[in-house]
Amino acid sequence: MASPPHASQSRPGPRPLWTFHGGLHLPDEKALSSGVPLATAPLSPLLVIPLQQHIGAPAKPLVGVGDRVGKGQLIGEAQGAMSATVHAPSSGTVVAIEERPVPHASGLSAPCILIETDGRDAWAELPPPLGPRPDPEALRERIRWAGIVGLGGAAFPSSVKLRVPAGQRIHTLILNGAECEPYITCDDRLMRDRPGRILAGVRLLRDLLQAEACLIAVEDNKPEAIAALRQALATGEDLYGIELVVIPTLYPSGGEKQLIRILTGKEVPSRGIPAQIGILCQNIATAAAIAEAAEEGKPLISRIITLTGRAMGQPRNLEVALGTPIKDLLALAGGLGSGLRQLLIGGPMMGFACDDLGMPVTKGVNCLLALSAAEAPDPGPALACIRCGACAEACPASLLPQQLYWHARARDLDQARAYHLFDCIECGCCAVVCPSHIPLVQYYRFAKTECLAQEREKRQAEHARQRHEAKTARLERLEEERKANLRKKKEALAEKPAPARASASAPAAAARTMPLADASAPADSAPVLPAGGGAGSGAGEPGAPSGTVTALAGSPGNPGTPGTPGAPGTPTADTSAVDPKKAAIAAALQRAAEKKAALARQGQAPKNTADLTPAQRRQVEAAEARRRELQAAESASSGREQP
Amino acid sequence: MSGGIVISSPFAGRLNRTDRLMLQVILALIPGTLAMVWYFGWGVLINMALASAFALGCEALVMRLRGRPILPAIGDLSALVTALLFAITVPPTLPWWLTFLGIAFAIFIVKQLYGGLGYNPFNPAMAGYVFLLVSYPVEMTNWLAPAIPEVLAAHDLATLSFVDSLRLILTGTLPPGLTWDAVSAATPLDEMFSQLDHNSTIPEILQSPLWGDFGGRGWEWVGNWFLLGGLWMIWRGVISWRIPVAVLAGILLPAGLFWLFDPQAFPFPAFHIFAGGTILGAFFIATDPVTACTTPKGQLIYGAAIGFITFVIRHWGGYPDAVAFAVLLMNIAAPMIDHYTQPRVFGHGRREET
Amino acid sequence: MIAILAIAILAAVFGLLLGYAAIRFRVEGNPIAEQIDALLPQTQCGQCGYPGCKPYAEAIAKGEAPINKCVPGGTTTVIALAELLGREPEPIEGGVEKPKAIAVIDERECIGCTLCIQACPVDAIMGAAKQLHAVIASECTGCELCLKPCPVECIHMVPIPTDTTNWKWPFPAAVPAPGTQPTAADPAATAGRASV
Repeated sequence: MASPPHASQSRPGPRPLWTFHGGLHLPDEKALSSGVPLATAPLSPLLVIPLQQHIGAPAKPLVGVGDRVGKGQLIGEAQGAMSATVHAPSSGTVVAIEERPVPHASGLSAPCILIETDGRDAWAELPPPLGPRPDPEALRERIRWAGIVGLGGAAFPSSVKLRVPAGQRIHTLILNGAECEPYITCDDRLMRDRPGRILAGVRLLRDLLQAEACLIAVEDNKPEAIAALRQALATGEDLYGIELVVIPTLYPSGGEKQLIRILTGKEVPSRGIPAQIGILCQNIATAAAIAEAAEEGKPLISRIITLTGRAMGQPRNLEVALGTPIKDLLALAGGLGSGLRQLLIGGPMMGFACDDLGMPVTKGVNCLLALSAAEAPDPGPALACIRCGACAEACPASLLPQQLYWHARARDLDQARAYHLFDCIECGCCAVVCPSHIPLVQYYRFAKTECLAQEREKRQAEHARQRHEAKTARLERLEEERKANLRKKKEALAEKPAPARASASAPAAAARTMPLADASAPADSAPVLPAGGGAGSGAGEPGAPSGTVTALAGSPGNPGTPGTPGAPGTPTADTSAVDPKKAAIAAALQRAAEKKAALARQGQAPKNTADLTPAQRRQVEAAEARRRELQAAESASSGREQP
Repeated sequence: MSGGIVISSPFAGRLNRTDRLMLQVILALIPGTLAMVWYFGWGVLINMALASAFALGCEALVMRLRGRPILPAIGDLSALVTALLFAITVPPTLPWWLTFLGIAFAIFIVKQLYGGLGYNPFNPAMAGYVFLLVSYPVEMTNWLAPAIPEVLAAHDLATLSFVDSLRLILTGTLPPGLTWDAVSAATPLDEMFSQLDHNSTIPEILQSPLWGDFGGRGWEWVGNWFLLGGLWMIWRGVISWRIPVAVLAGILLPAGLFWLFDPQAFPFPAFHIFAGGTILGAFFIATDPVTACTTPKGQLIYGAAIGFITFVIRHWGGYPDAVAFAVLLMNIAAPMIDHYTQPRVFGHGRREET
Repeated sequence: MIAILAIAILAAVFGLLLGYAAIRFRVEGNPIAEQIDALLPQTQCGQCGYPGCKPYAEAIAKGEAPINKCVPGGTTTVIALAELLGREPEPIEGGVEKPKAIAVIDERECIGCTLCIQACPVDAIMGAAKQLHAVIASECTGCELCLKPCPVECIHMVPIPTDTTNWKWPFPAAVPAPGTQPTAADPAATAGRASV
C-alpha cells in the first residue's frame, strides 16, 4: 500500500478494482443540477434546529427561550458518548424550544430550538484554529465540539467513528466521493468547487489515523470533479499516500461496504464495522467540514444540498444554513412545478417523502427531489411473487430478497433473521427490478423495526421480571424477620420466672392492647418506637407498619385474645408491684424496635426514602410526632378507662 | 399531505412487469410453433386456440368464485402461457374435450387450488399433460407423420388439411378413406426406444427414413426453432442461462458416457436433444419461475437433475417422453434444493485479514 | 422361524441401544415452566387470573391453564406459546388488545397514601407517606394494578407516545390476497401516494 513519498495523483498503472454482486445501472440524472454553479442561500428569518440530527442520543439544549445567540455558538451539548453537539447557524434570539416536524420517514416531530435570526449573521467567539499538524486529541475534541457527523446521509458522529478501538489500526482511509444515488450532485459540486478543502481534511484524517493509504473514490460519471481533484492533487503539498481512484458507475457503489469491497476486495464482517478490518470510510463533505473546523474553528452549521427533479423549476445546488425550512429554499430553485408527483428528502432509491415544507434542513439532508409523474410512475398494485429471482440477482449483499419477503410478509421474524435480514442495506435494487412491483424494501423495513421492537420488549420484560422478583424477595424477607422477631419475643416471655408471670403478662397484655408507638407507660419510657414507627410508616414499606403493630400487639385492637388473662382489667391493679418489670419490658421492646428501625433505615427501606432531604425528614418527623401525641392521648384515655 | 400512510423508497420507475415477461415468452414460442405447423399441420394451432380459450375461461371462473377481480388475474398472461405450452406438448390430434380436461385440471387444481399465480408447487402445463397421459394413453400418443415426402412415401402416410384437423379435433372423426394407421406415426423417441426394446441395434434403427441429419425428421427442425426462441429469451433476460444449460448438460453427459460405452445400444447424444420435448422442456418448461429453484446454484442442480432423470426414464422407464415427469419430480425437490444452496451473504463466512 | 428369531433379536438389540442412549445421552432441558415464563411479558398484572406471570406459567406447564389468557402479551404471546407447547393457538379471551400504556399520577389529586406504591409489582412508583407519588415511566409495565387501590382515582393510563425513537415502519398497505390484486374499491390500493 505504500506510495512514493511525493504527491501522487495516481499509481503507475491502473489500480486493481473489485466488484460486488448485483447492483443496477440506473439513469443518473446528474446533468439536471450538476452544471449550475454553487450558490449560498440567503438567511431565513426563522431557523428550526432539531436537537437530534445524528445517530445517537439527542443533544441537550444549553440555551433558554429569550437568549441571544451568536453564529456558531454552542446551543446543544452532546449527551453521552454516542451523541453530537448542535450550534446556532446564525445570530439571533431563541424564540422557542418545542416539538416540530423533522426530516424523518415517519413525519413525526422532535424537540427543536427555534432561532429568529437578526440578519446580522454575527459570529460568536470561535475556538482558535489548530495548527497544520494538530495534536490528535485536540483534533478529535475539535471534531466533537464542532458537531461533525457523516454528511453522506447517515449522520454518524464523526468523533466516535474516528475513535479507533484499542488494538485496531486503520491502514486505509477511504473518502467516499462516489455519490451513486441518481439526481444527487452536492458532493460532485463540492469536489469541483472546493477540492483544496477536501484535501486538507484528508490530510488531517490521514495524520490522525496514521493511515498508510488514503483513497478518494469517485464514480466515472463525474469527469469535472475528477479533473478538479487531479488538479488539486498535482498542485497541493503534503499529499503523501493520498490517491484518487475512479470507479465504474454502478448503484450502489457508494454504500460503505460495497465501496470498501470495490477498492480493497475485502468484505466488512456482518454486523461489524470497517475498523475491524483496518479501514475507515468518510464522506468527502465530512472531510471538508473537518478541515473547516480545524483550520478556522468553525462548527458544522451549513451544508450543500441538491434541489432537483423535473418538477423543480431550476434544479441546482445550494449551500444552506442548517435549520433552514425547506419552503424558504424552493423559490431559489424555481419553485415546485405543477407536474409534481412526489416530493422526497434524499434520492429516489433511499429517500423518504417530505410531508411538511416547514421541515428544516439538517445535517443528514442531502437532497430535495421533486419528481414528476414520468420520473416516479405509480407502480400499481403489487402482484404475487413469481419467484423469478431477479431481486436476488440485483442484491448487492447477495441476499435472497424473495425469502426475506415471504417471511416478512408472514411476520415470521425468526426466519427472516435466519435469512440475514439485518444484512440488508435497504438500497432498493430488489424492489426496482421486481416484475410484480412488490414493495420489497418496505417489507424489510417493517420486519427490522418489528424485530427491534420485539427485542426492546424482551429486554423490558426481563427487567420487569427482575424487579418483581426483587420486590417479592424483599417482602418475603421482611415477613421472615417479622416472624423471627415474634418468635424471639414469645421465647423471651416464656422464660420469665413464674411469680412475675401473672403480672408480667398483664403489662404485656396491656402493651398488646395498646396502640402502636405507646407501650404501657408513655411517661416513664422515652417515646417508644418513634423511629421504628416513623421509619416504618414513613418508609411506606408494604406490610411493615401493620407488621410492627401485629408483632407488638398480637391481634391489633383485640383485647379478647385467648391467653390474655383478663387483659383490660389488670394493669392498674398491680401497677405499683410490676413497675420495674414493666419498665424492663418496655425498654426491651423499645430496643428491639429501634434496632429494627435502624436496619430499616440502613438498607432495607425502599429507595424512595433513601434520599430524603433534611426538609423532608423534618416533615416526616413532625408528622410522626403529631401521630405519637394522638396515640399517647388515646392510650392515656383508654388506660384511665380500664378498671 | 400523504394521507397518513407511509410508503417506503424506492420511488424510481420499475424496470419490469410480469405481463411483459409472459408476453416475451409467448413471442419466443412463435418460431417453434410455426415449424410445428409446417411439419405437422394445423392441429397444434387449433389446440392452442382451444386451450387458450379454456384456460382463460377457467381462470376467470375461479377468480369469480374466489371473489377477486378477473381482469388483473387474466391480464398477467400466465394462464395463456400455460395453455400454449400445454397445446404444444399434446398431439395435434387430441380431441377437444381432452384438451379441456387437461387445461381444467391444470388451472383449477394444479394452479388455483394452491393459491394461484406464484403459489403452485407443480408446473401446471406438465401436470395437465401427465394427467392426460396417464388417463388416456392411446389418445395422447396419436402423433402425426411429418409432412416430408420421403417419410410419407416410405410408410404410406397422409397428412391432414386444416379442415380435416379441425374436424378431427372437434368430432374425433378422420376424413373418409383414412384410417388411423394412415396418418399417425410414431415419434422418433417412440421409434427409437421401442426398437431398442426389441433388441435392434442403433445402426439398424437408423436405417429408417424417419431419421434426418441429427434427429427424427421434422422433429429436429421443430427443436431448432424452439432453440432459437429460447436463446432469444436468454438474450433479453427473460430467463437465466442456468436452467437450460444445466438441463442440456444433464442429458448430454450421461448420454455421451453411455454412448461411448456401448454405441450399439445407446443413441448418439445429440439425438436426445433433438427428439421429444427436450428443447421445449429445457428452455420453456423447466424455466417456469414459479416452480423452479430460485438460487443460482440451485438452478444448476435442478436443471441437471431434470436432464438426468429424463435420460433415465427414456431408457429404462415405461414412457417414451420423460421431460414432463422429470420436471414434476424436480418441482417437489425445488424448495429443498433452494434451502441448501443459499448464496454466501456479503460479510459472512470469509476470513478477512485485519 | 429363523425370520421371527432374527426380527426378535434385532428388536431386542435396538431396544437396548435406545434405552442406553436415553440414559447416557440425556440432556437436562429447561423446565418447561421457565421456558413459558420467558415468553410472557412480565407485567405481573394478574389479568390472566393468576397472581403474576410465574404462577401462570406454572399453571400452563401443569396443564391447568389455557394459553390464551395473557392480555398484555396479546396474540404474539399466544402464538409463541402454541409453538412451544404444540398446542392450538386461540384468540385472547375477552381481550381487546389495548395499545401499550403507562400509568401517570395526577399530581394535583394525589394524597400520598402509598396504596399504589404497595400495589405496584415492579416498584415503579416512587414517593413516601404524605409525599407526592410519581410513576417512573421507564419502569412502568402498564399492568394497571395501581388503578384500583387509589382512593382518589388520580392514576390514569396514557398510551406510550410514538416518537422518532420507537416509530415502526408499517406493514405495506394493499397487500393482495394470494394470486390477485386489490379491487379499485380498496382505498389502500390507490391511497398513500404522497403528493404535495
